[in-house]
Amino acid sequence: MYNEKVLKEFMKPQNIGSIDNATTVAEVGSPQCGDMTKLYLKIENNIITDAKFQTFGCAAAIATSSVGTRMLIGKSTDEAKKITNKDIINELGGLPPAKIHCSVMFEEVMQKALENF
Amino acid sequence: MDCAATTPVSKQVFDAMTPYFCENFGNANSLHSYGRDAAASLNTAREKIASLLGANSTEVYFTSGGVECLNWALKGIAHAKKDKGKHIITSAFEHHAHIKACKTLEEEGFEVTYLPVYEDGVVKSSDVEKAITEKTILISIMLANNEIGTIQPIEEISQIAKKHKIPLHTDAVQAVGTLDINVKNLGVDLMSISAHKFYGPKGIGVLFIRNGLKINKLIEGGFQERSMRGGTSNVAHAVGMAKALEDAIAGQEKNVAHIKKLSSYLNKRILAEIPHTTLVGHKTRRVPQINNFCFDFIEAESILFRLDMQGVCASSGSACASGSLEPSHVLMSLGIPIERAQGSMRFSINKNLSMKDIDQAVEIIKEVVADLREMSPLYPKDQTLFKEIKRNEKSV
Repeated sequence: MYNEKVLKEFMKPQNIGSIDNATTVAEVGSPQCGDMTKLYLKIENNIITDAKFQTFGCAAAIATSSVGTRMLIGKSTDEAKKITNKDIINELGGLPPAKIHCSVMFEEVMQKALENF
Repeated sequence: MDCAATTPVSKQVFDAMTPYFCENFGNANSLHSYGRDAAASLNTAREKIASLLGANSTEVYFTSGGVECLNWALKGIAHAKKDKGKHIITSAFEHHAHIKACKTLEEEGFEVTYLPVYEDGVVKSSDVEKAITEKTILISIMLANNEIGTIQPIEEISQIAKKHKIPLHTDAVQAVGTLDINVKNLGVDLMSISAHKFYGPKGIGVLFIRNGLKINKLIEGGFQERSMRGGTSNVAHAVGMAKALEDAIAGQEKNVAHIKKLSSYLNKRILAEIPHTTLVGHKTRRVPQINNFCFDFIEAESILFRLDMQGVCASSGSACASGSLEPSHVLMSLGIPIERAQGSMRFSINKNLSMKDIDQAVEIIKEVVADLREMSPLYPKDQTLFKEIKRNEKSV
């Protein structure tokens, strides 16, 4: 069901954890729904200098968090706001239809974090 | 570690089946010698299975497998007895196919009582008796649950069913090779079994139907299976199923002792070495091959894939893994909180595993659970805080 790229990302995800002095933190989902992501961003002069995540969920949820945080680092907040779930799916080389919601969850947590900021 | 999903065909079974594909390929309904040979082999297989189940050969009906058996037993009895009444008693955690067939019958106007299975995953026979009405036409309770392995009190329920003269069906698909499946000892009127769960081929099952019981057909067709189930007889698979059942029952004592040893070792290690983990269902009243654990703070689909990447195959009833929005109806029927059920994994142990395999698996499971918890926003890094939460929960 998952392609090689998704599995590779899931097996060796990057940017796991939290940022102690994060500029903004957001959380989306719940354990009852089966998916939950917490995103920490460090923003300096409107540039995202660091991004970390904690995710409860399936392989796709973890893979999208890993790819998503990597896409955020180095971007300006305006650029980051333009990232959509489709960009994340493209970066992963596709997701099974039943797992599209995982990429939506990352888009939501990202937008929420940037909104809170 | 997923033998409850399926098992490989054993070499002995494969060898028994082989002549029936290219050489003895006759249609058991043909009158010529090829047909007669096929009919004779089919008959021998049927007689062997009947004697192993403690049944008469006229009570053994070959089907395409467990799902067909369950559909046939439920719909066949319901439709045959609808003039007497339209009430069926079952449990809340039967196999999917069983639950879905019940839902279809409900749409047709039948009333189905789904008995609770409580925290330990065991139906109370007293609940069965209380649920009986004048309109009850069938009681159907599984022998061993497919997701958590708990054993149901079929002998007790049989006494009740007999007293009220209501036919009793049991889904024994997960019980073959582990429990006594003699239909006389169990006291059942119908019983479903499927060959691929006990080292036989996929695509064949048997529905035992006690002689004299009124039941409608499910599959219309020719004169096969005493005109009760149409479709060209699958002789090769019937022969394979008979051999597999013979081997399963002959090796039962030895296999159960071995699996019990592995299973209790697995349980002991997992529960002792992985904190915040629970064994689902009754601790002892279970078939030893099925062990279902809930690992708190993580989601089972990710556990499953990580285990698979390291060579441990298991299954899960979590929402994500099953592709549905909710965790399995089995876990929900035990009253397990949804967030805990999301981390439910079934490890089913086959007879060919060794203690060394279990040791290796436990090491991998420990590593995978720890890694995923490290990623989880729910896992309290500070364990003293966790104890605090636990204490507060208890005081509430």
